[in-house]
Amino acid sequence: MISNDLNIFLIFLSALLVNNILLIRFIGLCSFFGISQRIESSLGMGAAVTFVMVMSSSVTWLIYNFLLIPFHLQYLRTISFILVIATLVQLVERFIRKYNPTLYQALGIYLPLVTTNCAILAAAFLGIDYHLSFLQNLIYALGISLGYLLAIILFSGLRERIALSPIPKAFKGVPIAFLTASLMSLAFLGFKGLFGL
Amino acid sequence: MIASLLILGILGLIFGILLTLAHRRLKIEINPLVEKVTNLLPGANCGTCGYGRCISLAEAIVKEEAEPDLCPATEPEIIKKIAQLLGKEARIKEKKTARLLCAGGKKNAKECFSYFGIKDCQAAMLIAGGNLLCKYGCLGFGSCIEACPFEAIKMSEDSLPIIDPEKCKGCGKCVDACPKGLLQLLPLRQKFFVACGSEDKGAATAKNCSVGCIGCQKCVKVCEQDAITIENFLARIDPEKCNNCGKCTEVCPRGVIKQLNYTPTILPPPLRGRIKVRGN
Repeated sequence: MISNDLNIFLIFLSALLVNNILLIRFIGLCSFFGISQRIESSLGMGAAVTFVMVMSSSVTWLIYNFLLIPFHLQYLRTISFILVIATLVQLVERFIRKYNPTLYQALGIYLPLVTTNCAILAAAFLGIDYHLSFLQNLIYALGISLGYLLAIILFSGLRERIALSPIPKAFKGVPIAFLTASLMSLAFLGFKGLFGL
Repeated sequence: MIASLLILGILGLIFGILLTLAHRRLKIEINPLVEKVTNLLPGANCGTCGYGRCISLAEAIVKEEAEPDLCPATEPEIIKKIAQLLGKEARIKEKKTARLLCAGGKKNAKECFSYFGIKDCQAAMLIAGGNLLCKYGCLGFGSCIEACPFEAIKMSEDSLPIIDPEKCKGCGKCVDACPKGLLQLLPLRQKFFVACGSEDKGAATAKNCSVGCIGCQKCVKVCEQDAITIENFLARIDPEKCNNCGKCTEVCPRGVIKQLNYTPTILPPPLRGRIKVRGN
């Protein structure tokens, strides 16, 4: 558990490196493997996830603390959070499409895909499970999403190199991607020794 | 129970109203013509027209910033349809296909060393210009196959790319991808072409490859249209003058003058669905 008087910087680092959402918690792996063939597309996905995650976990925090807790309706959190995320993604999509069509085209399918990304929901849940304050929750979501961005960019960089290397036939494509991800995960396990949260 | 229903209902209502408002405020006007034109374009998003995506080209065509024939991959019939949609007279460009100007391959071209590096033409090119004795020859690692947005190029068993003239739309992506500059866009009506890019002297070409053009002048002499010229020990056929008589193929002692086996079909099958989705 993260206590209330915890340093914001530590929360950020914990979300970014020590408990990296992709490589340590293994949440959001579908998009991690789905669109990491090229650095550009993973950057687009990372940016979309960052934006939506920070927005949604702030809104869900407000809803949970000011709407669900007073009425003792904590069991409704899953369905209401999904509602929030879906609405936010729709709003963001419309907004970007109207005011920045170039960015909209660059993000393409990734924007709607964010709706079904479990990492977003996980970020909302984790912030609440750790009993964070609003500011802490914001920083925590930012850390998680930047951790996602970092991991997926590192991974796609590796995959770009792997695509050009001579690999045994049996390992080509997804198998070697799984192996790479597991090795990266081992490397990130090294951060566990930094501080315990 | 009632509280939970109420709260969920209210949340749903608020979000619904929000989305409706957003939908009204952020409405995007899409010209139905743009959609129609987009559906007629090939949809490969190859970028040869200079607009990046087919939909951007469609917008430009509708705004009359671009001509309907700007896309090299669109069939003449389709260009006519697009022009009709806009109420314009169609201007039709001559259709071109890519040809490989090399007949070497594993069988005919001799290697000067064994290459075990990355299977990519650009990478192989970095090491002393490739592993062939002939410095002009096709390396056969298939960078052109990767570049083709229409899946028109296949690799033969002999490590030479084969271009399907039916599938090739003349977009020129492979021309840019080939580090040796061996692919060239030639008009479809020109049947005969010299499948060699070697500018070495005849004796050197003959040593390096069993099917290289040695500049022997036989085809120049036999051509009645004066369509063939030899420059840098390499024969080239002028598409403007050539009348496809085929005499040059018969006299060529090296068999480098190849014939394009293609009879154009009247209506090509719809492109949509056959195109490989690029990127992700």
